[in-house]
Amino acid sequence: MLGKLTIDALPFYSWVAMGGAVVTVLGGLAVAATIMRLGVRYTWSEWLTTVDHKRIGIMYIMLALVMLLRGFADAIMMRAQQAVAFNSDGYLPPDHFDQIFSSHGTIMIFFMAMPFLSGLMNLVVPQQIGARDVAFPFMNSVSLWLSAAGAGLVLISLVIGTFSTAGWTGYPPYSGLEYSPDVGVDYWIWAVLIAGVGSTLTGINFIVTILKRRAPGMTLMRMPLFTWTAFCTSVLMTFAFPALTVACALLALDRTFGMHFFTNTGGGNPMNYINLFWMWGHPEVYILILPAFGIFSEVVATFSRKRLFGYASLVLATASIAILSFTVWLHHFFTMGAGANVNAVFGIATMVIAVPTGVKVFDWLFTMFRGRIEFHPSMLWTLGFIVSFVIGGMTGVLLALPPADYLMHNSVFLVAHFHNMIIPGVLFGYFAGYMYWFPKAFGFKLNEQWGKRSFWCWVIGFYLAFMPLYVLGFMGMPRRMEHYNAPEWQPYLIVAMLGVCIILLGIVCMIVQIMVSIRQRNKALDLTGDPWNGRTLEWLTSSPAAPYNFAVLPEVCDRDAFHDMKVHGIAYRRPARYEDIEMPKSTAAGVLLGAFAFLLGFAMIWHIWWLAIASALAAAATLIARGCNDDTEYVLPASEVQRIEDGRYEVMASIVRAGATEGEPVAARKPSLERAT
Amino acid sequence: MLSGCGLSDAPIISPKGPIALAERDLLFTATAVMLLVIIPVIVMTFLFAWRYRASNMKARYAPNWSFSIPLEATVWLIPAAIVMALGHLLWNATHKLDPYKRLDSAAAPFEVQVVAQDWKWLFIYPEQRIASVNELAFPSGRPLSLKITSDTVMNSFFIPALGGQIYAMAGMQARLHLLADQPGRFTGRNTQYSGDGFADQHFEAIAASKPDFENWIAKVRQSQDTLDAAAYRALAAPSIAHPVTYYSSVAPNLFETILAKYRGHKARDHQQAAEAANRKF
Repeated sequence: MLGKLTIDALPFYSWVAMGGAVVTVLGGLAVAATIMRLGVRYTWSEWLTTVDHKRIGIMYIMLALVMLLRGFADAIMMRAQQAVAFNSDGYLPPDHFDQIFSSHGTIMIFFMAMPFLSGLMNLVVPQQIGARDVAFPFMNSVSLWLSAAGAGLVLISLVIGTFSTAGWTGYPPYSGLEYSPDVGVDYWIWAVLIAGVGSTLTGINFIVTILKRRAPGMTLMRMPLFTWTAFCTSVLMTFAFPALTVACALLALDRTFGMHFFTNTGGGNPMNYINLFWMWGHPEVYILILPAFGIFSEVVATFSRKRLFGYASLVLATASIAILSFTVWLHHFFTMGAGANVNAVFGIATMVIAVPTGVKVFDWLFTMFRGRIEFHPSMLWTLGFIVSFVIGGMTGVLLALPPADYLMHNSVFLVAHFHNMIIPGVLFGYFAGYMYWFPKAFGFKLNEQWGKRSFWCWVIGFYLAFMPLYVLGFMGMPRRMEHYNAPEWQPYLIVAMLGVCIILLGIVCMIVQIMVSIRQRNKALDLTGDPWNGRTLEWLTSSPAAPYNFAVLPEVCDRDAFHDMKVHGIAYRRPARYEDIEMPKSTAAGVLLGAFAFLLGFAMIWHIWWLAIASALAAAATLIARGCNDDTEYVLPASEVQRIEDGRYEVMASIVRAGATEGEPVAARKPSLERAT
Repeated sequence: MLSGCGLSDAPIISPKGPIALAERDLLFTATAVMLLVIIPVIVMTFLFAWRYRASNMKARYAPNWSFSIPLEATVWLIPAAIVMALGHLLWNATHKLDPYKRLDSAAAPFEVQVVAQDWKWLFIYPEQRIASVNELAFPSGRPLSLKITSDTVMNSFFIPALGGQIYAMAGMQARLHLLADQPGRFTGRNTQYSGDGFADQHFEAIAASKPDFENWIAKVRQSQDTLDAAAYRALAAPSIAHPVTYYSSVAPNLFETILAKYRGHKARDHQQAAEAANRKF
């Protein structure tokens, strides 16, 4: 009836594991309590079933931030273990330590970075291109709930059963049934498989959205840089994620049905998995970082009060990185024994990516050159990124030299390198975007003081945590060591532990920031929709934007479309009359599909066959029912649009009046209100 | 300063053989070349951020300046030139330091067969027909020619002081050529995570002078243990922190037998799989 699932799956065997389970259960209860407090009906109809890209974006980012906390808890546990585990077992047995590094990597890549990225794209891209929604709003909801289902599987593995010990890459034959017979790897496979399908759908959705839904006049070469990077990332997602899906599906066939794709014996070949995995895995790092590059481009122009330097170069660099990212996967296994020619070709291809990346860095610097730089937290994240990222880029090129890689592969030098790319590169970028676009999502600004404190903790903590790992790489320390016998390593690991504690302070500052900002929101309301004197179209909408974003689709005449409108005094021109707007209806199908995918994954993990078949059938039925439903849109009448817009303009007019009575000059950032006649 | 941080003894900073030395030098050269770009970028970031801060009204402000052909050309061409220089270096170094390539040396290579097991290393000395576990001895000043495979999951064989690593995979034979200039004792390990005993899967690599090496062989030959098929099966069972063990004799073609286990016909594979499953529990 319950397959392999018995009472032994509960973590009564270890206090540490039990603690993790209790925290997870309490977290789940907290979410349930929040939903109860907001009202089940409200949460269901306004959030869970919504197909509004802005709300989907917010839910993605909430998922990402929760998973960031979970992934960080793993990080601090690993650092604590290694700080004490010289000639001692520390406080974690190997099996538990191995689960922690596996879940840390899996969570941070698949369930922190990916949802964060999808969330920012959802929130911003349609508004930035002057669209009312994404091309496929329902599919967008499906993507979100598939990601959430995958995250749910990772979280529940802490309570029921165990997680994988095979690392976030799940290399066979270790991850095969012969060497990892318990359910851990199955949890990993199904979580990644389900979330991966969601990411593929997101990629398709945004390719179509960006190609087909741009406002009139927005040619490709007038698209904001964030939209460009989101587009390239979507292309990469669409082409790379299927490789991961296939790799995981074949591994699942090996494990569940005794097949031999990747086993040592029976004609299997583990090297095929490693190739497939990195054919996704290398584009994946660019999937993560390209949108961050886009965010930095927006932020650096806005807070330097200047046009972005070298727009065409930045677009060209983005596109060439996207293409080159498919040509370098073999550098993840130079030590597999391919010949010198093969290694050299992939090494050179890898180094070539440094050229467009270098160009980008210079273009951001020249955007700052002769600007008027305001040190908003988003700008601080950007500056911290530029300085740190070039260091990570340098160590990356070192690893691209095959003979140097033979020395540094599998060492903590490698760990330091990719964290050096992903923390200052990806995460700082997403944080910059979070603090930059927060007012657009919620209508008030985040507290800058706490944002700056968080930045300094993160950046100092990052250096303290990862520079020692570079050094340890030279001392020959491999990654994933549960304990060690080399006394000279310990001081560095203690410093790294301190660094992680400072990063913890950075996270605490972020939590304080959001609490303080919510409490003092009335002092920091963004009533104009344009809190930073922005340059791109998302700042034209109100904050938060109306459900339809734009009552009238904007006409784009320049690259910095909104800035151009403000210069010409036509940004807030109102139409003579409004028209009816067709909007997509909310639907429960997305959240139901997510729930059935979760059940299917859970059933496959525990071999509960009846449940697997039932949930697969239920998912298919939901999809068919949705496909047969022709009543998926409703009309927002012109009168209602008029009412919403009148409210907005009334608020803006009151700011202009207030500004005038206080004797402030009504500068560019104050909206000028003209009504077209 | 280096010694204060324990870095002067770091195996990769002070290598003990020509391969590791060449690999380290490549690392250092490439770092120096890249610093030509990295340092200006870091300096410019601080400089621009300070000079063009919003409160500095003296600085020139050019809000619409966004394109410059000379600057664009420079930012494309300088990184491209550096990558071309590094690419040239990379191509030559990758061919010169191909781990499969025999070393140029007047001395004949000394051959050892290496088998990764859960969680230990078995070294077979085909010429001497002896074997050792978790201790690799070889003559210094003479190329060490290794054939490497795995009788379990993927491992990676690495002696940082002597040169780079290579994967050990079941059914496949990897090659690695190393050389120790002087007699010495170095740490070697598996760097590819392989399960519960991974952290303890290290061994001592002893580069011995000629007389010392002969003494070592004599010592191994006195061992009571012999590595026949049954002893091998017992050894291959998972064990953590396996003590150093010597075998005074080895079943003929043991290394080839281990390789063939994963290459063979279907029927034999099933038998092996069943054996392997028993081994795990």
